[in-house]
Amino acid sequence: MRSEYDSFSHFDEMFDSEGNCREAQKPLLNQLDNLPFDKLQQLQHTTEKAQLSMGMTFNVYKDNEGIERILHLDVIPRIINGSEWKTIDQGLQQRIRAIDLFIDDLYHDQKIIKDGIIPKEVVYSSKDFLAPCKGLNPPKGIWSHISGCDLVRNEKGEYLVLEDNLRCPSGVSYLLENREIIKQTFPGLFMDMGVQPVSEYPAMLMDLLQGLSNKENPQVAVLTPGIYNSAYFEHSYLAQQTGAELVAGQDLMVKDKKVYMQTTTGLKQVDVIYRRIDDTFMDPLAFNPQSMLGVPGLMEAYRAGNIALANAPGTGVADDKAVYAYIPRVIKYYLDQDPIINNVKTYLCNEPDDLKYVLDNIEDLVVKETNAAGGYGMMIGPKATKEEHAKFRRLVKDNPRNYIAQPTLSLSTVPTLTEKGIAPRHVDLRPYVLNNGDKINVVPGALSRVALVEGSLVVNSSQGGGSKDTWVLYK
Amino acid sequence: MLSRVADCLFWLGRYVERAENYARFIDVNYNLSIDLPPDLREQWPPLIAATGDMELFEELNGTDYSRNTVIFFLTFDERNPNAIISTVRLARENARIVRESIPRESWEVLNELHYYIRDVSKERVWESENPMQYMMRIKGSIQQLNGIGYDNIPRNHGWYFAKMGQHLERADMTSRILDVKYHILLPSVDEIGSPLDYLHWNALLKSVSAYNSYRQLHHALDPLRIVSYLILDRQFPRSIFYCLNIVEKCLHDISESKHGYSNQAEKAIGNLRSKLEFADVSDIFDEGLHEYLDKFQDSLNKISEAVYQQYFKIEPNTMPDIQSQSQS
Repeated sequence: MRSEYDSFSHFDEMFDSEGNCREAQKPLLNQLDNLPFDKLQQLQHTTEKAQLSMGMTFNVYKDNEGIERILHLDVIPRIINGSEWKTIDQGLQQRIRAIDLFIDDLYHDQKIIKDGIIPKEVVYSSKDFLAPCKGLNPPKGIWSHISGCDLVRNEKGEYLVLEDNLRCPSGVSYLLENREIIKQTFPGLFMDMGVQPVSEYPAMLMDLLQGLSNKENPQVAVLTPGIYNSAYFEHSYLAQQTGAELVAGQDLMVKDKKVYMQTTTGLKQVDVIYRRIDDTFMDPLAFNPQSMLGVPGLMEAYRAGNIALANAPGTGVADDKAVYAYIPRVIKYYLDQDPIINNVKTYLCNEPDDLKYVLDNIEDLVVKETNAAGGYGMMIGPKATKEEHAKFRRLVKDNPRNYIAQPTLSLSTVPTLTEKGIAPRHVDLRPYVLNNGDKINVVPGALSRVALVEGSLVVNSSQGGGSKDTWVLYK
Repeated sequence: MLSRVADCLFWLGRYVERAENYARFIDVNYNLSIDLPPDLREQWPPLIAATGDMELFEELNGTDYSRNTVIFFLTFDERNPNAIISTVRLARENARIVRESIPRESWEVLNELHYYIRDVSKERVWESENPMQYMMRIKGSIQQLNGIGYDNIPRNHGWYFAKMGQHLERADMTSRILDVKYHILLPSVDEIGSPLDYLHWNALLKSVSAYNSYRQLHHALDPLRIVSYLILDRQFPRSIFYCLNIVEKCLHDISESKHGYSNQAEKAIGNLRSKLEFADVSDIFDEGLHEYLDKFQDSLNKISEAVYQQYFKIEPNTMPDIQSQSQS
């Protein structure tokens, strides 16, 4: 495989710059070398069939018609060795702990603003800083229960945080189902390599959610926007795996500041909601009056302490791409520690020096809208046209607070099955973190998203990305 | 159980049952058409009439009642909401909504069936020499689905709602297939007792899988006994009476009431069931088979509506402040 595999221009996770296979990857290389190409293609085909039968689909809308697609799962697993994972694990625990203290501070005393660590404007201009949440104390004092940080590796192989996804990050169902499929594809290799299991996630999630209520046997529900949401598969999957009730806004109603679901035997009180809809759609009375997805009066019930919501409303403020730039300082401020995992260098367009640098070097930078997600509202300088450069210069100048810029990263590559053979493709890494206050758990596994097009850096599923099962080794 | 989920399970049961019955009807009618004398082969209009979709059929196809057109219409024509391709899609859509409430294997079988029908539809298999192998596969999948459910689903409210939907649909389908008989034969009294007549009665029994059990019980093919068997028999699982009994039992298992009725749905089903329980076949023919079945289908619709009002209807969760204003 080594002979046709051209990985010299990037950090490749299988081969070092001399072309030698890295130690932890050797069993995988051995397996790949012993499989004829057509056999691999056959395994890939079986994988796709399994995904389709399981209904692991997401909806794409085209010409007003919903089409169900599967998220391409590359049959070759990605390997992360135990010691690398330890750094990721500790780094994410540290980060989420600090972020939780940060959010709580922002909605209470705002010490961090008073101490001049983060400018007031940056916080207040975030559309996810929600005035109705000021002074609120969520159950057990936790704001960010469930998160999925996006990590990338730079040209030295160092892990960096690219984004903190604190607003209902999706993909964990793919992590769990991918594992079921790929484990069956390479059972021998899986056993030989010693891979840490991920199957505990649903139980850990349910523990966390139940722990948010003081009742002995609280009623937990997963709130979904409905079947047409692209992540519906995940919502129903998590409800099924945890035993929570899957509800849509129309199933719930608020009476006397308590939340009830409408059942065949009348109203039944709900105690904890894992909501998979955005803050401002949750309650048309408190936020977006147009929302048809939410439950009128939900925030009232929340304020009265009659319902726990995960993640807590208002959490998204720490997920704003401008606020993100301050997270290393946030860690230092609350924990008095240096960040174990660094940020990607980020230019804030609302700071005059950074703005000038961005406008002068836009051709080399990745420019992102501060509150967009899913690979939308961004421009990759080196891949964009002159017209797009001009357009983004104008956009940035008109509304600097709305944009940040980062150097174009050369994401790491991993061996991936393509039509022509095994080739390096760029990946990111999304581990999932569960925070139950006392303990922060990072699931030993991740959704690796892979840019299937040669040379592409965009891994989002909405933009032609696929996924990989990620094996975190014991050693 | 959430009202919305119960509603979906009920319709999941109905749509799956409808798809299976359609597959069986087509299969039997196809085999009948092979047996019939060449000038009488194409006996498809009565089947379309029984499904209640004659108007739509003629709107789409005029009076082209050829085999291929009819099979396409009943099986793969997505413009027909009752075609197998549509009812399987609707069943799958309902299953997708409540996927967390059904066994994983059930979902996978139904999902695969959905994709299978789409795939063979693209190959225009209704034009092939023997399209019945596809009907077999469809029936097989649905029987597998029923088997998985039977062995794996706990007997909770969800199970009863799905089973209720299934048996309401089955009662309706049996009544419709009996009605086909009315459309084919009763108009031509001369044919009664002829070989042709026997072929038709045979086909009728086979289309509800009743041929063997009827033969064992009554031996000779006798129209009165056949009608009695399909409407009033207490043991045959596709007889209308049997299905109504199950529906009633499901309702009582849900409400946990034992005698009489505790809601309007139970009252309606109890009335209808006892009417059948204390009827004999002459009562049916006195009224006229077609009229009797017509009325029966009407009663079934009323039961369905009562179940909806009792269990599935969701109140809008309107703004609490508006509610309190209107109260003051």
